[in-house]
Amino acid sequence: MNILETQDIVKQYAEHVALKKVSISVPENTIYGLLGPNGAGKTTLIRIINQIIAPDEGRILFNGQPMTRKQIGLIGYLPEERGLYKKMKVGEQAIYLSQLKGVPKQDALKRLKYWFEKFEIESWWNKKVEELSKGMQQKIQFIVTIIHEPKFLIFDEPFSGFDPINTDIIRKEILFLKEKGATIIFSTHNMASVEELCDNIALINKSKKILEGNVSEIIKAYTKNEFLVGLSHFQSSLNDILPSALNPTIIKQENGKADVLFKLPKDLNSNDLLNILIPQAHICYFNEQLPNMNDIFISNVKSQIDFSHE
Amino acid sequence: MILAMNKILLIIRREYLTRVKKKSFIIMTILGPILMAAIMIVPVFIAKMSDERSKIVVLDENGLFYGKLQSNPDINFSYTDTYIEELKDTYEKDGYDGILYIPKNSIPNRAYIFSQKQMGMGVKSHIQGTMKYTLDNYIMQQMYNINRDSIRAIEQNTQVMLEERKINKNGDEEHSSTEINTILGILAGIIIYFFIFMFGSQVMRGVIEEKTSRIIEVIVSSVKPFQLMMGKIVGIAMVGLTQFLLWIILTFSIITVFKASMPEFFEMTTDQTSIQQNPSLANMTEMADMNMDENLDKNPEVTKVIDSLKSIDFTTMIFMFLFYFMAGYLLYATFFAAIGSAVDNEADTQQFILPITVPLILAIIMAQFVTNNPNGPISFWLSIIPFTSPIIMMVRIPFGVPISEIILSMTLLVASFIFSTWLAAKIYRTGILMYGKKPSYKELWKWLKYKN
Repeated sequence: MNILETQDIVKQYAEHVALKKVSISVPENTIYGLLGPNGAGKTTLIRIINQIIAPDEGRILFNGQPMTRKQIGLIGYLPEERGLYKKMKVGEQAIYLSQLKGVPKQDALKRLKYWFEKFEIESWWNKKVEELSKGMQQKIQFIVTIIHEPKFLIFDEPFSGFDPINTDIIRKEILFLKEKGATIIFSTHNMASVEELCDNIALINKSKKILEGNVSEIIKAYTKNEFLVGLSHFQSSLNDILPSALNPTIIKQENGKADVLFKLPKDLNSNDLLNILIPQAHICYFNEQLPNMNDIFISNVKSQIDFSHE
Repeated sequence: MILAMNKILLIIRREYLTRVKKKSFIIMTILGPILMAAIMIVPVFIAKMSDERSKIVVLDENGLFYGKLQSNPDINFSYTDTYIEELKDTYEKDGYDGILYIPKNSIPNRAYIFSQKQMGMGVKSHIQGTMKYTLDNYIMQQMYNINRDSIRAIEQNTQVMLEERKINKNGDEEHSSTEINTILGILAGIIIYFFIFMFGSQVMRGVIEEKTSRIIEVIVSSVKPFQLMMGKIVGIAMVGLTQFLLWIILTFSIITVFKASMPEFFEMTTDQTSIQQNPSLANMTEMADMNMDENLDKNPEVTKVIDSLKSIDFTTMIFMFLFYFMAGYLLYATFFAAIGSAVDNEADTQQFILPITVPLILAIIMAQFVTNNPNGPISFWLSIIPFTSPIIMMVRIPFGVPISEIILSMTLLVASFIFSTWLAAKIYRTGILMYGKKPSYKELWKWLKYKN
């Protein structure tokens, strides 16, 4: 069941087209990554989903029905352009924003107390926002985004500005939210986080969706039948034991040990490779070379090949 | 609907509390009354404050003024008959501050003051006044053989008193004074003018702050842009009302405390002889008199002022003031909010602010004219047209305005406020999320036509 679908969204500004017929489907209780270089149109799409701006064409379905203004209140939205009232105190502001989202004051206080303790930031309660660093402000903003316990969350670049420790904290929280049943869309440049977090992704480039699908399926589709093998105790000289049909490349060789990369032709698989190697040498390790999202991202954006997994 | 109201209330509350708690608000609230009280008290101080006595030596080659110039608490005259050049060398040694030299002339109406220090305005005007008095006497006596006392006797009988009596609807007569009405009307107009500017630009700055700090996107997913705009405008209106009420209360408390702690300070100023001797001081002292209940009966002028003040219907006046203050502010605040949403920083606001300020400034310029002719066609139209009516109608009200005109003016003002809110909301909801472009009027026109 898709909790959210956008259908052929078109948004045109005076000088350029921000989105050209973009359709995405977000299955319920998954994490959906919205990837793309700067200016691709990710934020525009997110703003359209939030009804901050209206699309020129296309529609948005929420649980199969056209999305209404009321349902926007059920979304937790962390915008890319983060903002808080600079002169206002942290606690006061968190309560105010929670109340605007419809959380009664007493509940807001209770929940905020929980989150402030969890993030160990109780001491910030009476500080003014302008006294906090950018990363600190983002933590506050993250808390405020999830304070009304929405079932559907949209994070626009949630990790920008965080150090590795805080990135990890936020990453764990996002996984925890999914565990509790929430559906999450997030846009990012951080490809490492995509593999760890996302179930599905869409890649948007130059206002078009150029790739969408399940992360492990995409990775499988991009796998090139390459294996990195560590060898030692060769029977004879290394060059003699490696048949050229296996496309071997010696990455490193020292002290009678070698790391070799094999780009196998389509008709050979890992078992074939092992069968050939085992009589010739001792195998220290054997790894399939999986493409990472970063490579897929870069190669897609560079070539802008139309690729669809439907 | 209830939720939407709750959200507007939340926004109003935040806008109000953050501003009222600001240091600048507290400072303004305290400084304002001190300034206002100072405006009322300081003139009395200045009038009372005597510089050290100037000692002037008089050299009159005509002999006319010998012994005639009256000394007062500020100036002491002594007389000599040496030569002027000799006197210039010696006057300081003899302890004088200056020389009043009156050269020989058939009508000695030209004189010189020689001194090291600059003589004060008070000293100069006193010398001029007392010389003129002496000269008048001399000429009347010598040339026309008229006795000054008889002139005074005549004047007392021929002084024409023109009193204004407004006839109200019940046929009762009331005292009224054009001067008092003018002062009241213009004062009310100026206060409205300042409040519209002060709090209107606060609305604008608030909107710009929300836009540049990008908080708008966080909020806009929870509340509608219209709620946000109205919440801000109403919240700041309450700040304005609070400040205004606090100013009135504090100003009166300061003056009351001041009067209670220094009663003798006010009493001494009613020294009648000093008023007669120094006409320039009379006005100031009269102002001081207005603050003194205990001395009111002594001065017929003051009684008249109080009478005509009494004739003004203050309940109506205050109600009108609050209405035009609020409605005028609301009308202009919507424009200020729209401007704030359209720009990225305060520097870009200039081109849009100018057309808003023109009607306000025009109204203030015309205020004086309106007091001269409060029921003329220009006054009528300016008090009906919504952009100038908050100021001009307030200027007219002390003079008495037909109820039908007031209703017309109020209705138009409220209607145009509703229209401008609708207009501003359209610009606001597009502008507030539009970054990085310096908008033109053409652009704003396009925003008005957007469906969403």
